[in-house]
Amino acid sequence: MVEILDNIDQREMVINMGPQHPSTHGVLRLELVLDGEIIKKVTPNIGYLHRCFEKYAEQMDDYSKVIPYTDRMDYVSAINQEHGYVLAMERLLEIDVPERVEYIRVIMAELQRIASHLLGIGAFGLDLGAFTPFLYCFTEREKILDIFERTTGARLLYNYMAVGGLMKDVHPEFKTDTADFLKTFRPKIKELNDLLSYNDIFIKRTANIGVLPKQVAINYGASGPVLRGSGVQWDLRKNDPYSIYEKFDFEIPVGMGEMGTLGDCWDRYIVRVREMEQSLRIIEQALDGLPEEGDVTEAVPKRIRPKNGSIYTRSESPRGELGYYIESNNSASPYRVKARAPSFVHLGMLPAISKGSLIADLVAIVGSIDIVLGEVDR
Amino acid sequence: MGMLDKKYHDSNIIIVGLESALNWARKNSLWYEQFGLACCAIEMMATAASRYDFDRFGIIPRSSPRQADVMIVAGTVTMKMASRIERLYEQMSEPRYVISMGSCSNCGGPYWEHGYHVLKGVDKVIPVDVYVPGCPPRPEALLEGFLKLQEKITGETIIFKKNEADKKPETA
Amino acid sequence: MKKPEEILEYLNQKFGEDQLTLERGDIGEPWILVPASMIRDLSKFLRDDSELRFDMLMCLSGLHYLKEEELGVVYHLHSTKLDHYVTLKVRVPVEEPEVPSVESIWKTADWHEREAWDMVGVVFDKHPNLKRILLPDDWIGHPLRKDYVQQEFYQGIPTGE
Repeated sequence: MVEILDNIDQREMVINMGPQHPSTHGVLRLELVLDGEIIKKVTPNIGYLHRCFEKYAEQMDDYSKVIPYTDRMDYVSAINQEHGYVLAMERLLEIDVPERVEYIRVIMAELQRIASHLLGIGAFGLDLGAFTPFLYCFTEREKILDIFERTTGARLLYNYMAVGGLMKDVHPEFKTDTADFLKTFRPKIKELNDLLSYNDIFIKRTANIGVLPKQVAINYGASGPVLRGSGVQWDLRKNDPYSIYEKFDFEIPVGMGEMGTLGDCWDRYIVRVREMEQSLRIIEQALDGLPEEGDVTEAVPKRIRPKNGSIYTRSESPRGELGYYIESNNSASPYRVKARAPSFVHLGMLPAISKGSLIADLVAIVGSIDIVLGEVDR
Repeated sequence: MGMLDKKYHDSNIIIVGLESALNWARKNSLWYEQFGLACCAIEMMATAASRYDFDRFGIIPRSSPRQADVMIVAGTVTMKMASRIERLYEQMSEPRYVISMGSCSNCGGPYWEHGYHVLKGVDKVIPVDVYVPGCPPRPEALLEGFLKLQEKITGETIIFKKNEADKKPETA
Repeated sequence: MKKPEEILEYLNQKFGEDQLTLERGDIGEPWILVPASMIRDLSKFLRDDSELRFDMLMCLSGLHYLKEEELGVVYHLHSTKLDHYVTLKVRVPVEEPEVPSVESIWKTADWHEREAWDMVGVVFDKHPNLKRILLPDDWIGHPLRKDYVQQEFYQGIPTGE
């Protein structure tokens, strides 16, 4: 008997997952050290989409020319990226933004949050073998993109916000379009819950998997749905309010370990679904409060030339805390723009939360932290 | 269609040129490699999803390059990625086609000037059949790209791709 | 909840005067300039002290100051428990760009420090795995330095047009 055991091959196996792999959400390479099917070690290898955002920001001869590049960082939630950047610039220049602009920004940002979560949820389902929810999610997402397209002219990368205002006013039918969408989308969330969230197979594949304890999450700097999935009530829209988010009444959904352990994949997933409902509430209130008249470009400075100084501003993107560190040196181009991308930080914890899990569950874990590689690599 | 030269009524036999039959089959089942790089990949996903519905053209995603006929280079190709793209292309079986989707993979796009880590056009490492402009191209534009590719396949001869045949005088 | 000035005063009591200085630009937020040698001790104190409790490192950025021939590292800290903020800045000469790593204090710093090494070339002392993160391992130079010259070829592929 002993002899046979001695002959068993106990070597570890190293496998590369990606950069071309359908479940890595882009060009991510994971170096896996495996013992059979159990993961001993994961080393994420990133940089396959490093597009020199920070270099570009320094090379631009105008602060507002950076905005299109912020779009391309997290291309799934472009509006939120722009929002973060213009917020930082407005705080640096101490610009007061007209009320109408703030309302439009909030509506746009929340619509984009829903669109981003829909894609995240759809792709997560796809990773776990559920193809139909993906199609349902995209049907709804297209409706949001239609609203965006009517106003901004683009489907994905909008370049809509400007420092101190917006590029142009919204489409005349923006209000009715958005209200129509709210009406049709509410029942769809229930449909999605029936189809995916409370589906037995889906729960079996996500509950108790990739557990991220609260303390680990904070120490790693997690934020957004990933942190909230671990039961921490933390949302920058409430905890460090920016724009006009104080005016709105909404809740912060957190993971509660309903289907298994607190902080597992299912918790992170359901936080996103519940966040969409809250976003709908915010949009509803913002549509009611949206001032009818007002020039959205009146506070846009003709020439941006900040003095010496620096600022770090953060905002809540669909993926978490999006920070911009901007250093100015009394010239027309930024001295340094550093983007603190939530996906970058979240991917850094992947080795900690996936150790000891099965290789098939790794796909669920990567899907549940919902990374966008454009933001990771910048 | 012009390919049904003669039809025998009772025994389901169709007489047709081998070339046109092959091209007809090829162009109507273009399996693409499910491989997104950047922003354009989201539009590629949208094209495959419910509203634009790639499947009606017989275009369906495959996860392995060995099963794919066409590679959509959807997004920015970086220096780190360039050699991998080349490897993936080599793994595809003939006949293989490449659609370069979006400005980034066409020529570097917005990252053309200071993008030290961005490859200025995927055609520097692999041959491209159809270029789809836009940043990112709309799903309709990608569909148009596929229609153009179908046109291109229709004109192919059996041994060489049409454009390659022009370059090779020894076959004449 | 403390203001940066109060935090500096509190730190001065602990670490002695004239080690730390509070600087500010013409606009924006102030920051505390910290000598590179004491950043790790200071960070540990900032995290563990009951009146500070900076449990979250929000952002770590590397910078290059061309004129001064210096590299900078900026730390943005936040206390989720006491809800106050502080910005630390370290400046080191380009020739000896060594800054102690804070990876053991905040895990976030791991990748951020690797990125700062990759982009501007700050060497983080005692970092467990200080190698390039975004660029390939055989890349030449640190692209976010202001005097960076782009290499013409990478593995035989032209990086230019």
